[in-house]
Amino acid sequence: MKVELSHIQKRFGKVHANNDITLTVPAGTIQGILGENGAGKSTLMKILSGFYSADEGTILLDDKPVKITSPADAVAQGIGMLHQDPLDFPPMRVIDNFLIGRKNASFFPDRKRALAALHDLQQQFDFAIDPETYVDSLTVGERQQLEILRLLWLGARVLILDEPTTGISAIQKEKLFATLKKLVEQGMTVLFVSHKLEEVEGLCGRVAVMQRGRLVGETRPPYLTAELVQMMFGKVVQPDARVNAGTPEIALKISNLEIEDFRLQIRDVSVELHRGEVIGLAGMEGSGQRQFLRTLGGLTRPVGGEIRLEEKNLAGKPYKNFMNSGIAYMPAARLEEGLIPGLSLTEHFTLCEEQSGFFVDKSKAHALTSGRIQDYTIRGVPESRIEALSGGNQQRALLALLRTPLHLLLMEHPTRGLDIESTIWIWAKLKERCKQGTSIVFISSDLDEVIRYSDRILVFFGGRVSQPVNSAATNAEQLGQLIGGKGW
Amino acid sequence: MLKKNSPWLGLGFRLLAVVLALAFTTLILVLTGAQPFDAYTNIISGSLGSVEKISDTLVAWVPLLLATSGLLVTFTAGLWNIGVEGQITLGAIFTTFVLRSLGDSGLPPALIIALAIVAGALGGALWAAVVGWLKIYGGVSEIFGGLGLNFVATAFTLFLIFGPWKRPGVASMSGTAPFPPELWLPMVGNLRLSLWSLGLAVLGIIVIYLVLNGTYFGLRLKAVGKNGRAAFLMGIPTARYLMSSFLICGAFAGLTGAMQVTAVYHNLIPSISSGYGFLGVMVGMLVNFQAAWAAPVSFFFAALNIGSIQLPIVLHLDSTLSGVLQGALVLFVLIVDGVRRRLTEKS
Repeated sequence: MKVELSHIQKRFGKVHANNDITLTVPAGTIQGILGENGAGKSTLMKILSGFYSADEGTILLDDKPVKITSPADAVAQGIGMLHQDPLDFPPMRVIDNFLIGRKNASFFPDRKRALAALHDLQQQFDFAIDPETYVDSLTVGERQQLEILRLLWLGARVLILDEPTTGISAIQKEKLFATLKKLVEQGMTVLFVSHKLEEVEGLCGRVAVMQRGRLVGETRPPYLTAELVQMMFGKVVQPDARVNAGTPEIALKISNLEIEDFRLQIRDVSVELHRGEVIGLAGMEGSGQRQFLRTLGGLTRPVGGEIRLEEKNLAGKPYKNFMNSGIAYMPAARLEEGLIPGLSLTEHFTLCEEQSGFFVDKSKAHALTSGRIQDYTIRGVPESRIEALSGGNQQRALLALLRTPLHLLLMEHPTRGLDIESTIWIWAKLKERCKQGTSIVFISSDLDEVIRYSDRILVFFGGRVSQPVNSAATNAEQLGQLIGGKGW
Repeated sequence: MLKKNSPWLGLGFRLLAVVLALAFTTLILVLTGAQPFDAYTNIISGSLGSVEKISDTLVAWVPLLLATSGLLVTFTAGLWNIGVEGQITLGAIFTTFVLRSLGDSGLPPALIIALAIVAGALGGALWAAVVGWLKIYGGVSEIFGGLGLNFVATAFTLFLIFGPWKRPGVASMSGTAPFPPELWLPMVGNLRLSLWSLGLAVLGIIVIYLVLNGTYFGLRLKAVGKNGRAAFLMGIPTARYLMSSFLICGAFAGLTGAMQVTAVYHNLIPSISSGYGFLGVMVGMLVNFQAAWAAPVSFFFAALNIGSIQLPIVLHLDSTLSGVLQGALVLFVLIVDGVRRRLTEKS
């Protein structure tokens, strides 16, 4: 199906999210939409998929102007969107998720037919999801696959994917790309939203670049990376040179650590972490990195072994002891686990500071917050509610909330969903902390990030943990092999 | 263009809700063939028309304000403490127990009353602790736990009134034997009002306001209520804070029960909570859990309750009209709030 967006305008208060956007996507193409965070990509896609309505402008499908009033309406007209976080029902079975959203369905759903349809679609794309399993036991990649199949079954001919590769493994990414290529061969139209140049270059037949709410350029292969970057940022961005702040001093000694949960077992891990060192945890999602990190943070109790911080064994102690020993945990889900929607920046900083007295000194808290907002270049005022900030600014706020001094900082996906500029900024801040003696352990599904910013790397595969790999002496290929289970 | 979060706009929408609620109630009155204007003037004169009436309104205001104050704490922690009714009842039972046990002990009456009031707070806190314990360690929603315990509390009251604490001679729905006047809280002249209970209620809401709006405890409680997982990661012991909020609310509910026994009824009656707990939940919702508004709004509700007592006598209308108005008010405030959010988000 051919999709045309014509002179689309969308404002949120003072923010001009989409400014006069005109874009034509012919049937049978993968159209890349590139841009940094806050460029207006998601807004544009949400307008196309019926989540928002445009203030002005028209949408044409196969040259016919249409009005899309809701996501259900969009699906009925053949447009399906895959959101950054899968919009499914984790406590329900795969097949029930598959059935949901079917229009004009009879009162009693025809599960048999649905099962057959799901089976056929899975075969076509070489997926293998058990229809009777519960969605919360699937990986993000599998949930994405399920969502694609569901939309196809509902008759989608235009598929919008919003940052689909965040949080899925390299193998699942390859499979996703293969699926998308197969779909466009069948005449589907795919809109692929991303801020990752490499993916867009490798996958898309055309690319449109957005910057600050405007469409600033359209190109076709062969792509010139420098040109794309120039369009995205209006300038050339270079990551900083490697910084190694590690010292020989031992900050944390992990010996014979054993972790178990219902899905996997991690056995006999012994690592020494140096002061000021950065250790990256690589591996496919669900290989045990998260369990390992949560154990180091005191959120999961290990079944055996020791975690020694300055002669104190913390293993088996409650989270509070870890925290008081100077260990901080930064979760990936910012608004679910890290921050408190409904509270202002000032209230957040007050919560995270040491309590002094019974009553809160409000002017002092305000001054502290203003200072941190400047230090961390957060776009907001002390009274701003945290959920009103953009993702990048929320991440900056999370960093600003960390206490000083800190022995160990544990982070899940510290730059997930952030653009290059924010990523570079955040790592510069983190490296500053390393120089002050903080050690960092982090998970990332972005292999480049792991190699660039870690001093050493631990690779996880099905609960097994590799010997520390020196990041200066390795490359993406070698790590990729380990992640895929080769060379153990 | 509508501006987000402007205080005047918020007030305007609140007033609109009041107008709509009045219009709705008027419609009901017209449909039943009554004179709306007469009804409203009767409510006003019945609640504020004389010193006695104002005193009666204040007598109703005390338990409502106490219960609302407690509920603001659980609301802040993100909890729906529906069990507040049972907690009021248990407070009344504990107070009655102390008054009965120590009434003949020869201790000074003032001390006995003080002990009885403290016991009431303990009783309410204990009943709330059960709800909290079920919630935190048993995973039972506080709504269901509280509701269940409300029934238990009511049954327990009836058991006491008709069993071990029955009046000499014959047990009666009118409650246990009244206490001697020296065990009552002192009244103002020949009014039913006690300045002690009034003072306690006013002090209570001030304390709650200060705690919720100015202290670390209040801020942490708010954090726990809005996002327990993040609060935990920030190092706030969420279980302890949830339990504290139950205990505080329970203590306030228990005080409510204690006041009803020592200052109003002077014995234990079957429906000692008189629905003030549930009414407090409504007030809490109406003021959007903001302590500053709790005192005036609960006073308004108390006045409605007292004023509508006139209706059956003067106009042969049912006195539940005040309930219709109160319910309509809460509904319209919630509806108008939703409309306002839609409008401001669109712009």
